[in-house]
Amino acid sequence: MSPARHVVGRSVARSDALGHVTGRTVFTTDRAFPGLLHLKVVRSPVHHARIRGVDLSEAERVPGFVRALTHADVPHNVYTILGLIGVEPEEEFVLAVDRVRYKGEPIVAIVAESEQAALDAVARVKLDLLELPAVFDVEEALKPGAPIVTHWGNNTFMYEGHPCRRVRFGDVEAAFAQADHIVEGRYDTKPIEHAPTETTAAIAVPEANGRFTVYTNTQALYFSLDNTSIILQVPGNQLHFVGGTVGGGFGGKVDVIVEPLATLAAMKTNRPVKYAFSRQEEMQVSSTRSAWRIYMKDGVMADGRLIARKVTSYADSGAYSRQTPYALTKHAANAAGPYAIPNVSIDAYCVFTNRQPTSAMRGFGITMASFALEVQMDKIAEVVGLDPWAVRFINAYHNGDMKPHRKLVEDATLIETMQAAARLVGHELPDAFRTMTSDPRPDRGA
Amino acid sequence: MASTIVTFQLGEREVEVMVKPMTTLQAVLRYQLGQTAVKEGCRQGGCGSCTVLVDGEPMMSCLLPIEEVAGRHVDTLQTALPADAADPLQQAFIAEGAFQCGYCTPGMLLVARALLDRDPHPTRDAIIDALAGNVCRCTGYTPIVAAVEAAARARGDRDERGR
Repeated sequence: MSPARHVVGRSVARSDALGHVTGRTVFTTDRAFPGLLHLKVVRSPVHHARIRGVDLSEAERVPGFVRALTHADVPHNVYTILGLIGVEPEEEFVLAVDRVRYKGEPIVAIVAESEQAALDAVARVKLDLLELPAVFDVEEALKPGAPIVTHWGNNTFMYEGHPCRRVRFGDVEAAFAQADHIVEGRYDTKPIEHAPTETTAAIAVPEANGRFTVYTNTQALYFSLDNTSIILQVPGNQLHFVGGTVGGGFGGKVDVIVEPLATLAAMKTNRPVKYAFSRQEEMQVSSTRSAWRIYMKDGVMADGRLIARKVTSYADSGAYSRQTPYALTKHAANAAGPYAIPNVSIDAYCVFTNRQPTSAMRGFGITMASFALEVQMDKIAEVVGLDPWAVRFINAYHNGDMKPHRKLVEDATLIETMQAAARLVGHELPDAFRTMTSDPRPDRGA
Repeated sequence: MASTIVTFQLGEREVEVMVKPMTTLQAVLRYQLGQTAVKEGCRQGGCGSCTVLVDGEPMMSCLLPIEEVAGRHVDTLQTALPADAADPLQQAFIAEGAFQCGYCTPGMLLVARALLDRDPHPTRDAIIDALAGNVCRCTGYTPIVAAVEAAARARGDRDERGR
């Protein structure tokens, strides 16, 4: 075997390192094509409105204007990214039809000879909008009489007939009645923009063989290809997606936003078309991490054992689903944390509001659960008068434990991770915790 | 307004471009002269990814109208550092893993290059100060600062051997 194959325990230079330090790494918008057209989008200036009219007449007179695209040009205008894994319904519009549900929602795409001409034409599109009441808070959105954001239901995503993703394990109310202490908390997090240094972009190029090559900085190449295929109603073999070089993503480049319009414009014009977000669009229009509100109620015994947890969580999905319904499922599976809690009840709501759509970001759904439940663990330590380390060792899950969502624990590492962390920070653990392992508990033998 | 011709030095060569007034140096370098190492993270002077050297000083090319560099010397990563990555600065960036996505790297390298040319033995604070206008969203900056420190040491060793 060549020495190059022995990499465990060594530092290995990234395969793209040479390109990065010489400027030869080719990012999406570094590519040049003869006759390249530029696409820019007319966006809703308000959070919620009925579209009464769109007047393109002045825009069409801008020198360099090539054509406009409206919803009528999009073969399958209503989609949902996760439709590929069975999530329903299709609900987001590639281009708005008669209503806009968030500030920045695309209404019309303009294709022009230069970026400046596209921007000039965008600025000359006249919108006739009737502004509607908007809702920006997850709990306000669930109250009777709140403006309804969706066109297909109420303001929650539906999980198997329920307005929330539910987990039921044991009997929390009975356990609360037996608990020595009840520890409650409310946790709010804000939206976070991924802010990749390279903005979201795609360039679609019509090829001589009738296919389209689409250069994109998506993090999810086949999501983009398959959704574009569905939206444009062309077989996937007509689309050749080229990706892999992403100037920062962090979950922010999985939403299939630029590729369908760039490709549609290339089909309509038979010329290469570039659709790249400005920094402002990246910050104000691209998905963010959801804002979350989490209520946790824990039942604890005087010796520190956590015997019951009830969780009600709301994630602000913004105006459309994108990846957020899936985040709630992940959240519900993880809101008990890496702890063995015999009674758990979780209601996790994916709520629609008139805010910027939200989606994936690093550990989405779980990061906020971890924030809330680890603060709970510290509060519990305070209430029962134990060391925060002790509360975590006492409640740590072991292999062989059943998690509340009926997943048998087979790969527990919390105990060993905490032991390693204690060593690294020079914290002396009592023998009982220092020698503990994640092995199955003796009383729950195989 | 009519286009004008602007002449400047790009690396080793004299270049002449025809541009509309107020075209940015960034646009000219990227879209007329093939210098795609000049990135465009924000086009509003906020990220530093478009940094070039003008007469040896790091500047954000997205904020520079092309007329400003008429008769001056402009370097991009492609003209300032070797294509085989032999410069100690490039080697240090590779060795320290001073990037993930690489989008900020050209700007970081040019700022570091200008710093080391001006101050061959910068303090850690001076390095952090020099890099303050360049945004990296992947690394958390620690390996970038370490790479510039390592490059300063390597350049020092090279100069010692050269004597």
